[in-house]
Amino acid sequence: MIDNHILAPVFIHLFTAIIQLIAWRKTVSQRFLSVGGTFIGLLIAIRLFAKVYTEGSLHMNASNWEAPFGIVFVADLLSSTMVLLTSIAGFAVSIFSSVGLSRQRMLYGYFPIFHFLLMGLNGAFLTGDIFNLYVWFEVVIISSFVLMTLGGRKAQLEGAVKYMAMNILASTFFLTGIGILYGITGSLNMADLAIKIRNFDNKALVGITSIFFILGFGIKSAVFPLYYWLPSSYHTPPSAVAATFGGLLTKLGIYAILRVFSLIFIPDDFTRTLFMVLAVLTVITGAFGALIKTNIRRMFSYLIVCHIGFMLGGIAMFTKLALMGTVFYLIHDIMVKTNMFLIAGFIRMVSGTMDMQKLGGLYKNYPLISLMIALVLFSLVGIPPLSGFWPKIYLFQEAFVDKQYFFIAALIIGSLVTMYVIAKMWADVFWKDVPEGVAIEDKYKDLPLFKKLLLVVPILLLCSVTLYIGFNAENIIIVVDRITNELLDTSPYIRNVLGDKAFEQ
Amino acid sequence: MELLLVLVLGLLYAAGVYLILRRSMVKLLLGIMLLGNGTNILIFLLGSITKGKPPVIDSNHNVFQDIYADPIPQALILTAIVISFALTAFAIVLLKRVYALVDSDDLDDLNTPEEEDI
Repeated sequence: MIDNHILAPVFIHLFTAIIQLIAWRKTVSQRFLSVGGTFIGLLIAIRLFAKVYTEGSLHMNASNWEAPFGIVFVADLLSSTMVLLTSIAGFAVSIFSSVGLSRQRMLYGYFPIFHFLLMGLNGAFLTGDIFNLYVWFEVVIISSFVLMTLGGRKAQLEGAVKYMAMNILASTFFLTGIGILYGITGSLNMADLAIKIRNFDNKALVGITSIFFILGFGIKSAVFPLYYWLPSSYHTPPSAVAATFGGLLTKLGIYAILRVFSLIFIPDDFTRTLFMVLAVLTVITGAFGALIKTNIRRMFSYLIVCHIGFMLGGIAMFTKLALMGTVFYLIHDIMVKTNMFLIAGFIRMVSGTMDMQKLGGLYKNYPLISLMIALVLFSLVGIPPLSGFWPKIYLFQEAFVDKQYFFIAALIIGSLVTMYVIAKMWADVFWKDVPEGVAIEDKYKDLPLFKKLLLVVPILLLCSVTLYIGFNAENIIIVVDRITNELLDTSPYIRNVLGDKAFEQ
Repeated sequence: MELLLVLVLGLLYAAGVYLILRRSMVKLLLGIMLLGNGTNILIFLLGSITKGKPPVIDSNHNVFQDIYADPIPQALILTAIVISFALTAFAIVLLKRVYALVDSDDLDDLNTPEEEDI
């Protein structure tokens, strides 16, 4: 069905950013605009999701050029779910950064760039054209470069060099893949590519092309041998920025893998084995990396890598239950990881450091907030009724059926290490008394109540979404089930974009 | 023509990878630029080169009567060039700032112990 409102989530952030550029250096009005813009964006995303959920997939031809000749935007259930999650995370981060960020950074355009980043993410989730996907990726990485370097401290710039080099390299690989794909099929529309690749005889060439996509998306989503840039850069920017990055950017890579490898390159034995090896190694290296870090955000960075492995393992098995695990984990992970970095920012606000050895006594000073944080941490670990638990059941069950014993071992190690490091963090940061000789600088205590709320409400918002995902897992599973069906049988997607004539040849 | 482009393309990729593997930041940037240009030539090459046949339909017909040059690869390359221009401009400024702060061109020196911020 054709619907021009698909692009509303993209335009709302574009216009918010432009209005904010007009209000350059007026940080108060920029804050209001940002919170207002992300709130309207959230409403639009809810409307889009509801519409796709009730009426089925939508599409829109840019400038009315019929697919496959023009650029097409598609909102199927996976895309609209991702847009919805991005909007929730964006809303929370926007509220948090209105207090949690130094005024210096806002003066140099934090908010407009943040909205350009959200625009790029929404565009990437909604596009149905592979070259357009590349362009949205570039919008995202240029915005993220600016956010990462904003402030210009030494550690930040050093992290940014690694981040920049690896991400430009990833884009180059991705573009190379697109070039070869265009050379062998003569099309850029993903639905059209799906049909043309299926009828293409030289499977070896298709396999080699898919390697370029694995390399490109693998760097973006921090998969095993390509993840080194992530832990060495994500701990440097302010926590509000790290929350956007940690929650959304690596998941964009996973989304792209899901989309491209379900639609264009159907995973064969080689690709699946490759994914499985990468997934196992990603989980194990991420877990061991998290073990040795004492800085909270460095530890979280390694946990991101570790949990990317869980999702990749699900894609590697590529069965219905495994994909359900992956998609459910993706939904859970965006909410929790964004929240984790916001919590890191909160901890830094109340105690002036993020080194676990110097932290302590948070539970004594802030018992209620600590309890809320505990719920988020339990969700991340996957204590039964909470959200991290349900996708793991699917992954475990399917790994047994598929006889992927290495992946089961990796899942167990990854989950145990996650539990261990979170328990260690809880003991160190919340229960332990403040170590002797460490002076706490509590900036939070002296803030007026309104600003305190602005810091705590986004954490509470994301926490309640996480709790909803955990306690209403049956509702989420209905959505996840439909998404998985669409991933496994792509003919509705193709029919939606190209019409019935696509299957006639 | 194709053979020449293939050779140039291989050279650009090889030189790009070689430069990226060096430890100098400036060489890293040059390597990335060369790789990007190599990719552009790859797209140009894979769009199958047709000489002297512009994709214009003359006024007497509704469809193409003859083989014609595909305009899409050129549109793709143009987009890619603009994007890599922006990225390179940003990267040069970033490297200049890093050089001023760290006072070294060596990637291995980029490991200052953390100083924290919100």
